[in-house]
Amino acid sequence: MSQLSTRFPGGRFTGLQRLLHWLMAICIIAMLFIGVGMVSTIAPKYVSLVTTHKTLGIAILILAVLRIVVRLRSGTPPLPRDLPGPMRLAAKLSHYVLYALMIAMPLLGWGTVSAGGYPVKLLWGIQLPAIAPHSDTLFTLLHTAHVTLAFAFFALILLHIAAGLFHALVRKDGVFESMAR
Amino acid sequence: MAQQSPGSSLTSLAVIAVVIAVIAGAFAYTGGWLSSDRLSGAKLVQALTPPTGPALGHRRNHAKGICFTGQFDANSNGTALSKAEVFAAGQYPVIGRFNFSTPDPNASDATSRVRGLGLQISTPDGAVWRSAMIDPPFFPVATPDAFYALLQASSSKEPDAMKNFAAAHPEIAAFGAWAGSAPWTPSYAGDTFNGLNAFLLVDSSGATHAVRWSLKPQAELKGMSGEEFAKLGPDHLAAEITARVAAAPQRWNMVVTVADPSDPTADPSKAWPADRKSVEVGTLTVDKIQPEADGPCRDINFDPTILPDGIMVSDDPFPAARSAAYAKSFALRMSEEKNYPRGDAAKEDTQP
Ligand code: HEM
Ligand code: HEM
Repeated sequence: MSQLSTRFPGGRFTGLQRLLHWLMAICIIAMLFIGVGMVSTIAPKYVSLVTTHKTLGIAILILAVLRIVVRLRSGTPPLPRDLPGPMRLAAKLSHYVLYALMIAMPLLGWGTVSAGGYPVKLLWGIQLPAIAPHSDTLFTLLHTAHVTLAFAFFALILLHIAAGLFHALVRKDGVFESMAR
Repeated sequence: MAQQSPGSSLTSLAVIAVVIAVIAGAFAYTGGWLSSDRLSGAKLVQALTPPTGPALGHRRNHAKGICFTGQFDANSNGTALSKAEVFAAGQYPVIGRFNFSTPDPNASDATSRVRGLGLQISTPDGAVWRSAMIDPPFFPVATPDAFYALLQASSSKEPDAMKNFAAAHPEIAAFGAWAGSAPWTPSYAGDTFNGLNAFLLVDSSGATHAVRWSLKPQAELKGMSGEEFAKLGPDHLAAEITARVAAAPQRWNMVVTVADPSDPTADPSKAWPADRKSVEVGTLTVDKIQPEADGPCRDINFDPTILPDGIMVSDDPFPAARSAAYAKSFALRMSEEKNYPRGDAAKEDTQP
């Protein structure tokens, strides 16, 4: 611990930040799996998967907004002083992109459903307004973006997990612990 | 300080690689990329595509059709079965589409035995009910997998493909008999359209009732043979319904049939006995016809799982399979918009 604190003086994320991080991690990974799983099947569960997908996606949007507000107010613990510059940059950039995707993915999904002229119906009879006009070009644009960015999101999350484990197992520099403990 | 031998660091890297590979593998499995026999909406749509390729910009099935608008007058008889607003007495706007089953939007009318009607009813509470119904009294096959097998058999070059299919799916015989003997009506206005799939209506106490629904035409039209119908011309149906509706609105009674507990709800190839309780819940009035290219039905997906609160899917596996396939067909045709130009009417509309 004393070793850690010399290299990594800033400590950890706040309890609320850690709670949001792990809650959203589960939700987002679940969403990516539900997304590719639902379009792979015609089984009866297709209908409930799609409804769950929309509902959980909107929940992620709300959590992401909350999380960014918390992040702006609480900031982050500083990265280890000896972390090489390129890794530092990669960490910062990838985190911004992750935040952007947490907001963009649900909005694109919601926009796709709206532009397709579908009612935006979630679980428990919740009905949301359309956020885009009914339009074939807009539908195609939003749908393509939603699907393409979903795969980019997944790739980035894999990278993020690999980086986290690299900090935990190879560098042992306290970065992993700042979120995990 | 966090000193590690190179060996243990290699082990750590290997652990990381394995973790990532396991997650990626689970993702690929979930997405069906490792299971070539899993049936997706995309595969069903592929199976519907003729060997000459799809008609870009058009529905992948029931491709030839024409839009209509009108209203649904609910008489409140359905409120005992469902709490959905659409059954409460009132008049609700409708967008719909007359069509017949074909992958070719230019097919001659007499080439298809199966006519359809896509229906959307919107209610003031914001709910939307979509349905796509057809005129046979039952579906040719019992399951979505069998439908896929039927599409494959009918496009197969194997001489015995259809014979083998019929042997494995004897339910198709009843459909064959209907297709061979039912009279051809000279107008959409004389056709009965059946939802065929079973749904659950939820009443205000929360109790569910398994039902199927149909639209019964008020117009009584004499049927004819297939040859006589073919003589009316390749594009008779669209011209006929346009002229007929211009002269007078056309009406259908919506009838909801309630299942007996012993009736099969998961198999649309089996009609329920004729004496089942049926409730007339309202009247569909069609008062305007518009060509599809510029019409309001063009960009609508009549997905049968788009339902208001008070109507739910049942154990019938078709609505889910159809929803998956229609979503794929819809996404394709939306992205191919340029291949299906909008007509003059759309241009006129935007002119001052
Ligand atoms: C963090 C949020 C979200 C993630 C990670 C996500 C992820 C995905 C993924 C992986 C797919 C499958 C893409 C494919 O393989 O074709 C997908 C499809 C879809 N998503 Fe989302 N999604 C999110 C939010 C939403 C929301 C909020 C909605 C709607 C309100 C939505 C609506 C859809 C729809 C309708 C599809 C199916 C498109 C199709 O039929 O091809 N998504 N999503
Ligand atoms: C698994 C079985 C089925 C498959 C794969 C299938 C496939 C399709 C597809 C791909 C479309 C075009 C959708 C679009 O682009 O909007 C379509 C339209 C249609 N289908 Fe099916 N279908 C199936 C079962 C049924 C059943 C059981 C019925 C009737 C009870 C039905 C009635 C219709 C009608 C009326 C349309 C035209 C809807 C419109 O005007 O947009 N289909 N079908």
